[in-house]
Amino acid sequence: MKRVLEAQLDKYFNPQTTAEIKVIEGTHAASHAAKLARVKTISAYPITPQTSIVELLSEMCASGDLEAQFIKVESEHSAMACLIGAEATGARSFTATSSQGLLLMHEVLHWAAAARLPIVMVNVNRALAPPWNIWTDQTDSLAQRDTGWIQFYAESNQEVLDTILMAYRLGEQVMLPVMINMDAFFLSHTAEPVAIPKQNLVDEFLPAYRPEFTLDVNDPRAFGGLTKPDRYMEFRYNIQKAMETAARLIPTVAEEYDYLIGRHHGTQVEEYRTEDAEYLLVTSGTITGTTRIVVDQFRDQGVPLGLLKIRTFRPFPDQAIRNAVAHVKKIGVIDRNISFGSGGIFFNEIKAAIYNAKVHPLLNGYVAGLGGRDVTPSVITDIAEHLIKSKQGKDLIWIGVKK
Amino acid sequence: MSQILFEIPKVEIMGSGHLACPGCGATMAMRYALKALGRKTVVVIPACCWSIIDGAAPYSVLGVPVFHTAFETAASTATGIKAGFVAQGKTDINVLAWAGDGGTFDIGFQSLSGAAERNEDIIYVCYDNEAYMNTGIQRSSATPQGAWTTTTPVQNPKSRPKKNIVDALAAHHIPYIATASVSYPDDFIRKLRKAKSMKGMRFLHILSPCPPGWKSQAEDSVKIARLAVECCVFPLYEVHDGRRYNLTHKPKGLPVKEYLKLQGRFRHLSDADIEKIQTEVDHNWRTLQRRVEFSTEIDTRSDVSDQGATK
Ligand SMILES: Cc1ncc(C[n+]2csc(CCOP(=O)(O)OP(=O)(O)O)c2C)c(N)n1
Ligand code: SF4
Ligand SMILES: [Mg+2]
Repeated sequence: MKRVLEAQLDKYFNPQTTAEIKVIEGTHAASHAAKLARVKTISAYPITPQTSIVELLSEMCASGDLEAQFIKVESEHSAMACLIGAEATGARSFTATSSQGLLLMHEVLHWAAAARLPIVMVNVNRALAPPWNIWTDQTDSLAQRDTGWIQFYAESNQEVLDTILMAYRLGEQVMLPVMINMDAFFLSHTAEPVAIPKQNLVDEFLPAYRPEFTLDVNDPRAFGGLTKPDRYMEFRYNIQKAMETAARLIPTVAEEYDYLIGRHHGTQVEEYRTEDAEYLLVTSGTITGTTRIVVDQFRDQGVPLGLLKIRTFRPFPDQAIRNAVAHVKKIGVIDRNISFGSGGIFFNEIKAAIYNAKVHPLLNGYVAGLGGRDVTPSVITDIAEHLIKSKQGKDLIWIGVKK
Repeated sequence: MSQILFEIPKVEIMGSGHLACPGCGATMAMRYALKALGRKTVVVIPACCWSIIDGAAPYSVLGVPVFHTAFETAASTATGIKAGFVAQGKTDINVLAWAGDGGTFDIGFQSLSGAAERNEDIIYVCYDNEAYMNTGIQRSSATPQGAWTTTTPVQNPKSRPKKNIVDALAAHHIPYIATASVSYPDDFIRKLRKAKSMKGMRFLHILSPCPPGWKSQAEDSVKIARLAVECCVFPLYEVHDGRRYNLTHKPKGLPVKEYLKLQGRFRHLSDADIEKIQTEVDHNWRTLQRRVEFSTEIDTRSDVSDQGATK
């Protein structure tokens, strides 16, 4: 515990690069990031627990702290459609949503990506209805898997802020939109100290958005018109190539950010105490923070347990996963999501990634914490012990389901 | 007969080589609209016949930037385009949302209503061919009562009257609404120019003959559109501030049968059916006349529509 905190303190609060340390919720960390990115257009529709992101942005726009057009639309579908239009003119844009709101956007999420518009959106991971539940669950964003959006999952409020800034830098280089996910309440409504970087450093890190093609009356072009089979496929090929480029650029962007601002949250993955690990837990989101503590406890007892945190779901870090598992004997993937008729979604992707690897460690899929149920250190300890004892991999192991 | 000659701008912004059917009203409408609005215009096209008419990549028949967007997002995408321009200090560009009746009356109605209520600074044109033509002539809420479509076969034609979209928009108190017809290009262009000179949400409803969908002859399109006006089926008028109505053309009041008989989609109708339609048309026409009369009593100082437009 102490070790984690000390490391965090050094890493997070570099006085040279920090304008201010604020004790804020994840939602407000997101609003501050949008402001630091100097977004020009914002459009959003309220949904719990996203609301405080846009409330603070409304205040910033009203007070003149942020010079942006804020369009208060009548639905999430219109929010995304509106930003599609704005971004096509060359205006950097931002929105935030959650759960049902994200699902309502589905059609236009595909549109944003295929139109190659690097919009940045925060999604607060919240469970889907019915029954109504406003607590955390990742099925909302993972259901957007094939939309062409780059997806990040954050572990802390600081990571939310930093990742939004990196998202603009990354997205605008590969011309793909980026979604930054944070857990409902565990991040969105939990106050943590967050270092707000100095604006001049952010400006240096993130130059103004200057896309090659925009809606320009002096250079009229048609965007997204009818495209026949002889041309369509190349558009898809290019999106996949852009995703592959994004995978290559993520470490560079993280380094640039570290160089200027002095913080690094890992690349597509972050390995924690994986040196000589025989057993590996794989997590994303806030479960990661809890798992760090459990890993420390096991290590203190001499058990070689390590942790692999997944930061990007798209592009999926196949290669980083293959490297990370090369020397481990057993892997347990903890999913706070479910694909009905299959299982944990990260688990399935990891299983697929490992198929073409040289080694095939034992692989267990654990589904835990749906709809905001607590995944405590003791729950993770049980998972780790189960993994260590396992003789045969199992695709779907439910954790804590009441009889 | 004395007549004031009206110059139709000679400039052709829309090029040749569009992919519309011969006699397509929607295509004539775009040509006139661009003549009126000029080159500093960006067109937003949701799914509709016009997503095809513009041409397949890499060609586009419009001489201005075109942004194709999802079916129900003409108003919301146009809103964002305007906001994006304004955020970059480009305040003099007309953003024209150009949607069919399906994209306006039905699936796009929510986003249109939202944009109208916020008084977004866009020009929204609905070219109304009274059905989903792009997908093969299915009924929409703009399909008139009694009409045949592929989903309202003659044994069971459309039973409900056409939605009154102008009334629906008027209820939003937007600065300007007008109906227009490709058969009256002078009136059409005057209205688009007026719309261009204003700020806030401007909505134009254009009846657009469609030979395949209306089962009519291509060479009759202009005539049919004119008869729609002269039979009071589609009167030409304006609404300011959602409540001040004025007619821009005095119709002859011809029997509605004259309009219906040129279109195969109404061929199955009995005399009694036509009589019923005539009654409905008469009623609507009287209602409009009353509104026009009442409008003179409205004090323009009570206008609300110039408030809140995206500046
Ligand atoms: C969400 C969605 N649903 C359905 C469609 C299929 N679709 C494309 S155009 C169209 C009809 C368009 O009708 P209208 O707006 O009247 O324009 P028109 O084709 O008559 O010009 C439909 C149903 C679609 N593109 N998107
Ligand atoms: S189907 Fe009708 S609206 Fe569509 S292009 Fe042909 S004539 Fe025009
Ligand atoms: Mg139509």
